[in-house]
Amino acid sequence: MLKIRVIPCLDVKDGRVVKGVQFLELRDAGDPVESAVAYDAAGADELCFLDITASHENRGTLIDVVTRTAEACFMPLTVGGGVRTVDDIRALLLAGADKVSINTAAVFDRDFVNRAAEKFGGQCIVVAIDAKKVSEPGEPDRWEIFTHGGRKSTGIDAVEFARDVCARGAGEILLTSMDRDGTRVGYDTALTRAVADAVTIPVIASGGVGDLDHMVAGVRDGHAAAVLAASIFHFGRHTIREAKEALGAAGLPVRLD
Amino acid sequence: MSVAIIDYGSGNLHSAHKAFERAAREAGIAAPVVVTSDPEAVLAAERIVLPGVGAFADCRRGLAAVTGMTEALEEAVHRRAKPFLGICVGMQLMAERGREFETTAGLGWIPGEVVKITPSDPSLKVPHMGWNTLTMRRPHALLDGIPTGPEGRHAYFVHSYHLRASDGDTVVAETDYGGPVTAMVGRGTMVGTQFHPEKSQKLGLAFIANFLRWRP
Repeated sequence: MLKIRVIPCLDVKDGRVVKGVQFLELRDAGDPVESAVAYDAAGADELCFLDITASHENRGTLIDVVTRTAEACFMPLTVGGGVRTVDDIRALLLAGADKVSINTAAVFDRDFVNRAAEKFGGQCIVVAIDAKKVSEPGEPDRWEIFTHGGRKSTGIDAVEFARDVCARGAGEILLTSMDRDGTRVGYDTALTRAVADAVTIPVIASGGVGDLDHMVAGVRDGHAAAVLAASIFHFGRHTIREAKEALGAAGLPVRLD
Repeated sequence: MSVAIIDYGSGNLHSAHKAFERAAREAGIAAPVVVTSDPEAVLAAERIVLPGVGAFADCRRGLAAVTGMTEALEEAVHRRAKPFLGICVGMQLMAERGREFETTAGLGWIPGEVVKITPSDPSLKVPHMGWNTLTMRRPHALLDGIPTGPEGRHAYFVHSYHLRASDGDTVVAETDYGGPVTAMVGRGTMVGTQFHPEKSQKLGLAFIANFLRWRP
């Protein structure tokens, strides 16, 4: 039976982990590679690097991080952030990324999803969707795609967009609730469920995890195939193992080897 | 015990290279690993690995575009019976044909064709993406010491198509995803895995070490 994936996500800027990973005893909490090795040993099912480096000129540092991570970890790695061209995708895959996540570029040029999926296979193309609720209380739920870290509205319906990128060949959706991101009050499970039920590809729930019950809810109520979290793991509040045990206790299939 | 990983413009060569090096080191096996697009290097190696990521037809064209490589593979694997491991699409290419987007001839080493997986439960998502256990259909040296079955170790899968073998004897292991999905095939000195040993942590490193030790 396929297991629910637990995915820690590291924000990387100029080749360093933002905020640092404060669990286990890392010599250098800011080194993405050392953090990746620790999560590999802790039994994470995949790892996600999100590059938030502002300038495109500094791209080389990310490639270097991915290369060194692939040398040290034998687990699946997804890399996203600032991916704009087929060449960006190729460079990350060659460096050792297994999947590449595209975000803004897919919003403004949807054919980019087709081109990427045709070139590299849909299984390695993740479309990252940042969505915010725009419906008023009392109205049926509606979410829109936002860009620029949730600051700019696009007017594009998130569920409709998800359906479209799925039809264009994306292999997976990384769905982040911009309302919940950083709040620790839990995933927007209504959003997760609306998107997961609308597409035939796996959906990763993201944004808002504060405790382990939130992860259970993301799968049970949100129908997510995987749960992504950052600070809950980085600050050592919970281990990967504890997250899996919580999912397992709720009757969800997890991998504990 | 030299290993050649074939570079034909497809696949996570870097990860595969490093995984083979580490598995060899941890198992105490002296095994120089080269990533190569040179048919002579493939003929010279004692073990051959064909990775593959992407669509079947695209990978088949990529392999055909490397002058002399298909011939070198036929010579090394069929006539000289060197141990061969196909990974993911590298495994699918062992089939007679692929039916992804278009019908494309494969290497024809394993009778059968590559078809879309169709889980009986419509709520199951495709690609089949993530960690799943193996169900052994027949014993194989490459699975020695690896716990299989529902409580066994997990392998990492990411695919929408699988090899539907027309000769059931070639299927070594399956995984369950709304019905049986071919996880590993084997015939003589050839094996292929739909899962990624180079991404499968403990199971993967044990499997690669078994491949390096294998004397079929």
